[in-house]
Amino acid sequence: MTDQTKITGGARQEWMGLLARAPEKAVLDLWANAGARPRFDWLRSPEVGGVMVRGRTGGTGAPFNLGEMTVTRCSLVLQDGTIGHGYVQGRSKPKAEAAALIDALMQTDAAETIRAKVIVPLRQQMQADRNTRAAKAAATKVEFFTMVRGED
Amino acid sequence: MYVAVKGGEKAIENAHAWLAEERRGSTDVAELSVAQIREQLSLAVNRVMAEGSLYDPDLAALAIKQARGDLIEAIFLIRAYRTTLPRFGYSNPVETAAMICDRRISATFKDAPGGQVLGPTFDYTHRLLDFKLAAEGEVPAVSEGPARTGSTPHITGFLRGEGIIQDEPASDETPGDLTREPLEFPTDRPLRLQSLTRGDEGFVLGMAYSTQRGYARNHAFVGELRIGKVPVEMDIPELGFAIEIGEIELTECETVNQFKGSKTEPPQFTRGYGLVFGQSERKSIAMALVDRALRWKELGEDNLGAPAQDEEFVLSHADNIQATGFLEHIKLPHYVDFQSELELVRKLRREAEERLTSKEAAE
Repeated sequence: MTDQTKITGGARQEWMGLLARAPEKAVLDLWANAGARPRFDWLRSPEVGGVMVRGRTGGTGAPFNLGEMTVTRCSLVLQDGTIGHGYVQGRSKPKAEAAALIDALMQTDAAETIRAKVIVPLRQQMQADRNTRAAKAAATKVEFFTMVRGED
Repeated sequence: MYVAVKGGEKAIENAHAWLAEERRGSTDVAELSVAQIREQLSLAVNRVMAEGSLYDPDLAALAIKQARGDLIEAIFLIRAYRTTLPRFGYSNPVETAAMICDRRISATFKDAPGGQVLGPTFDYTHRLLDFKLAAEGEVPAVSEGPARTGSTPHITGFLRGEGIIQDEPASDETPGDLTREPLEFPTDRPLRLQSLTRGDEGFVLGMAYSTQRGYARNHAFVGELRIGKVPVEMDIPELGFAIEIGEIELTECETVNQFKGSKTEPPQFTRGYGLVFGQSERKSIAMALVDRALRWKELGEDNLGAPAQDEEFVLSHADNIQATGFLEHIKLPHYVDFQSELELVRKLRREAEERLTSKEAAE
């Protein structure tokens, strides 16, 4: 177990966010390929629930409740005492479990392996998907031109 | 006397079995999968998520399949499901300024920074049936351009710099939640927006249209319409910091409305706001128009008595699940109610006849 104070909140935020947003299949495939099967105990077994998403009036003003989204969460502890949390979008309990195990292992000596086998490829896949959509959107950007009128 | 009547179990069971068979349709035709609905009927899925008030494309697709494509029935299924979910908490307000836009247009500024990005729109199609879709067709290759990096600024931000548009100052006030407290009047703008975003698209569209036709006309321009994904962030108590718990697609519409000023406000532009789950363009424009019409009081405008200015009228009738629940319940057995009405009408009629007879006798 590494000293958890050494892990910056920012780094953990980044991988937890990535795992939350990623498609279920991508997370489960990469996790299966990573080959890690640590033993653990549940602190909170996976449960499906809702989170009320908020927006702001006019995009910048007072908060309002927009509607809920499904989220699955769980918490577990590895045998060395490291605690992992999974908070993922949707209703997949296997995805939440994988996310919590990855979160836990990212705080241990296995971090580099997990980063290389799961986090980095996941980030790349999602960035690639995002870039493709952005490129398609860019191709639909209107290029205005003005017709020369003979009025002078 | 009250007599309880039971029966119909067998008939109901048989009706359900037939419903399942009819839902499946002809077995000569391949069955529709939930994934096919999610991917290929995505705008129906978006509507069910928006009005069901639960963002989960797989569940919405399942509901559409179960409801045989009846979207209000599907929304009903989603609303019923969401009441079974424990509430983990509330997200931080989403940052729509950071949206990765698939589409972003402005009807007010041609040369808006970030440009006019059409996205996958129906707008410039000819609305002619495409029989190629009836055959199994190939999709054309999609062009790609140099992708924008960085966020796309809000159009209203430019007007705000000039001080010529009403500001929307940020606050951390906790908004009311109509899934926890029933709506009470008068209400406030956050509650109105929650009610409108889950309101029936047809109803909100009709209300918005009424303002355009002159019932509390407010001269709306679509300042900006954007569709894309935003991350959703929530504070996690056990972590002590906020993380992204997912990413959702949203449609945001900001209208810019002419405003001549009032006793308290200088002449400036005012705003209407629409924000809806998924790609729901018509709904978000309509929502923005209705939001603006309902703001007459805070802006010091006159009450013209228009339906779209009456929050009690608009918000009490916008919810299609409440509406259909009350409407459709009248087809269920009302035998006893009706029996008593029947007795009453017979009695009144008897009395009227008797009065007539005695009058004739007296003459």
